[in-house]
Amino acid sequence: MSEAVSHEEHHDDHDHKPSGIGRWLFSTNHKDIGTMYLIFSLIMFFIGGAMAMVIRLELFQPGLQYVDPQFFNSMTTVHALVMIFGAVMPAGVGLANWMIPIMIGAPDMALPRMNNMSFWILPFAFTLLLSTFFMEGGAPAGGWTMYPPLVGQLGDGFPFLIFAVHFLGISSIMGAINIIATVFNMRAPGMTFMKLPLFVWTWIITAFLLIASLPVLAGAVTMLLTDKFFGTSFFIAAGGGDPVMFQHIFWFFGHPEVYILILPAFGIVSQILPTFARKPLFGYESMVYATASIAFLSFFVWAHHMFTVGMPLTGELFFMYATMSIAVPTGVKIFNWVATMWRGSMTFETPMLFSIAFVVLFSIGGFTGLMMAITPVDFQYHDTYFIVAHFHYVLVTGAVFALFAAVYFWIPKWTGNMYDESLGKLHFWLSTISVNVLFFPQHFLGLAGMPRRIPDYSIQFAEWNQISSIGGFVFGVSQLILVWVVIKCVRGGEKATDQVWEGAEGLEWTLPSPPPFHSFTVPPQISDASAH
Amino acid sequence: MSDSHGAYFIPEPSKWPIVGTLALFVSFSGGAMMLNGSGPGTVVFGLGMAALIYMFAGWFADVIGESLKGVYSDQVDISFRWGMGWFILSEVMFFAAFFGALYYARVLSVPWLSGEGSGLATNTFLWPDFEASWPLNVMPDTSNFAVFEETIPAFGVPALNTALLLASGVTVTLAHHALKKGHRSSLCWWLAATVALGFIFVGFQAQEYMHAYSDLNLTMNSGIYGSTFFMLTGFHGFHVTMGATMLLVVLVRSMKGHFSAEHHFAFEGVAWYWHFVDVVWLGLFIFVYWI
Repeated sequence: MSEAVSHEEHHDDHDHKPSGIGRWLFSTNHKDIGTMYLIFSLIMFFIGGAMAMVIRLELFQPGLQYVDPQFFNSMTTVHALVMIFGAVMPAGVGLANWMIPIMIGAPDMALPRMNNMSFWILPFAFTLLLSTFFMEGGAPAGGWTMYPPLVGQLGDGFPFLIFAVHFLGISSIMGAINIIATVFNMRAPGMTFMKLPLFVWTWIITAFLLIASLPVLAGAVTMLLTDKFFGTSFFIAAGGGDPVMFQHIFWFFGHPEVYILILPAFGIVSQILPTFARKPLFGYESMVYATASIAFLSFFVWAHHMFTVGMPLTGELFFMYATMSIAVPTGVKIFNWVATMWRGSMTFETPMLFSIAFVVLFSIGGFTGLMMAITPVDFQYHDTYFIVAHFHYVLVTGAVFALFAAVYFWIPKWTGNMYDESLGKLHFWLSTISVNVLFFPQHFLGLAGMPRRIPDYSIQFAEWNQISSIGGFVFGVSQLILVWVVIKCVRGGEKATDQVWEGAEGLEWTLPSPPPFHSFTVPPQISDASAH
Repeated sequence: MSDSHGAYFIPEPSKWPIVGTLALFVSFSGGAMMLNGSGPGTVVFGLGMAALIYMFAGWFADVIGESLKGVYSDQVDISFRWGMGWFILSEVMFFAAFFGALYYARVLSVPWLSGEGSGLATNTFLWPDFEASWPLNVMPDTSNFAVFEETIPAFGVPALNTALLLASGVTVTLAHHALKKGHRSSLCWWLAATVALGFIFVGFQAQEYMHAYSDLNLTMNSGIYGSTFFMLTGFHGFHVTMGATMLLVVLVRSMKGHFSAEHHFAFEGVAWYWHFVDVVWLGLFIFVYWI
């Protein structure tokens, strides 16, 4: 069989690999599309990051220095939209594209043409969104949550914002459908569900969340559009509607959305920790069930984003308890990761360092989340820098750190070359120290009462803001190391073996590095003995 | 190696996805320009829609060609089924947003505006004369909204439309049975009946809209009732139109003999979609028109 495989590879490499720009524009290849997703995500990470730098620069000292308040608000709004929809989600889908087919023994994604469209929508959708900076009335400035009536005050950019969200939704739903069809239908013989690598599991569940929640966002923004242009009054109290209703519908999407951002990160960490601890993942099945529980519960906790909006007491209590219950499956995952490392034969390559940092720092973000789940306490923290600190701990030191880990973990497989380990470690240490300098003081600022999304602040917040800004600048500059590592690794370096890492297990490590253009042209057989 | 896994089908590079992306991009840009009232919006939007139709025609022509060549294995067929099934679920969730808005308004926000629950201050300070009702024909502030006297009664044209759609669900199933038995002419007649019922439904719905706008003063501007009414029935009507168009394509393909008793995913996918549209209508009939 191995002869047949290598013959097929040979055949594919020379006859079917398209050349020129057409290879990318018309691609039906999961690796090429995955690569485009990842590069796009990296570019958006820097665009969104540049906006964060503007925010931290303005907040470096009290008073209005560099940008006017409207532009500052555009920065916070578009920074969020770019990072969520342009950086973290596409990075997750890019990894899914690259890794899922080779992890389950498939030749490609189930629906390769649709896969291409899912990707190519992204640059065009962000063209729509970012073009608003040059329009009458400027870019969206009412917060990424687009709450009415404020969002309706946006000028010519308003319909572009709405349609950009629709466009991104189409992309994500198509991507999610593709992932489900791939995993359910393209697994190699013998690859049963309970043998799937955990990254694949977390992506199935994420895909369900995407399909169930993004259409709701599409509906919500459609109502914003008709309220503004077609005379409806969904969110206008004078007509019998309710602006708070938007918040409910938005967060019915929004809370599953935050798990869409973090579940693939859970999957990544669950691949990396066992590899470098040289032990199987502790509690594989409980990891699967915990992930599914988190996803299921995520549909019943949305109103914890709006405790102070004026809900009936029963609502406040229900959403408080429901939210806290998510800590149970999340705790299961954290303990399983710790138990995986327990007495492992650990080494600390860059992916492992980022993963360990993920476990520690994501837990901090989780704990502050629990604090805010307590309704009466949230009344103090709501819309302060405390929430900013919270979600940056879960999204930057959580989701983004896991994505960094994934890049270091799999880039030898993608390029066939080892990355520069000392540069990787430098990237890790600079990022980890600076990110804490950046975000940890924001807890103090929030508890002391500094509101979010305001370009100016009272004088007593100056010191911690300065420290936070310095951390931010260092963190921003440190990310250039990642770009350098990636470029260097693509250009050459020590050749990677097929297995790459000593403790690596799974189908993706049986393929050559880099893998052939079409991963498995003949399905591999999965023996009963092979573990996840 | 089992047969179904013996040969994988990977399509060649295709221009259609990028054509579709560009078409959508141009349509969205044109649509946004139209809404902003800036010059060439209509033309841009029209170009985008034309490109979109071109993309659909071209992409489906490719897929139909591949299907007729017999390159689709059972595995591909199953991938298509998963794809269509989850697409329909995403559509269900899209409608769920609007149904959610309807329930929220009826059960919570309209009563709150009249001072129930925690809405006392809103009522006292903003609209002390407002009284909740459903259908809400007198809005809290009537100056900017189209006040209406009556709504469209459930047991008139809407009930007839319910019967039409339910009947079309039966005819499409009869068509499927005929297809599975290999009776092509019977398949085509039942499908034609389904298409006809679908378009008659849309026609009645259009007539109802005209009646609402010209006789009842019930418009999209009629407060939360008009908003939910037109949003829900409007998107549903759009989906019926799409579904009936898809059925029409399947009818033409049936007449050309594209489907066999074993291989007819296109037919089934469209039939699923048609049943979905049917079920949404039942929800509309009950919650929008009836109770």
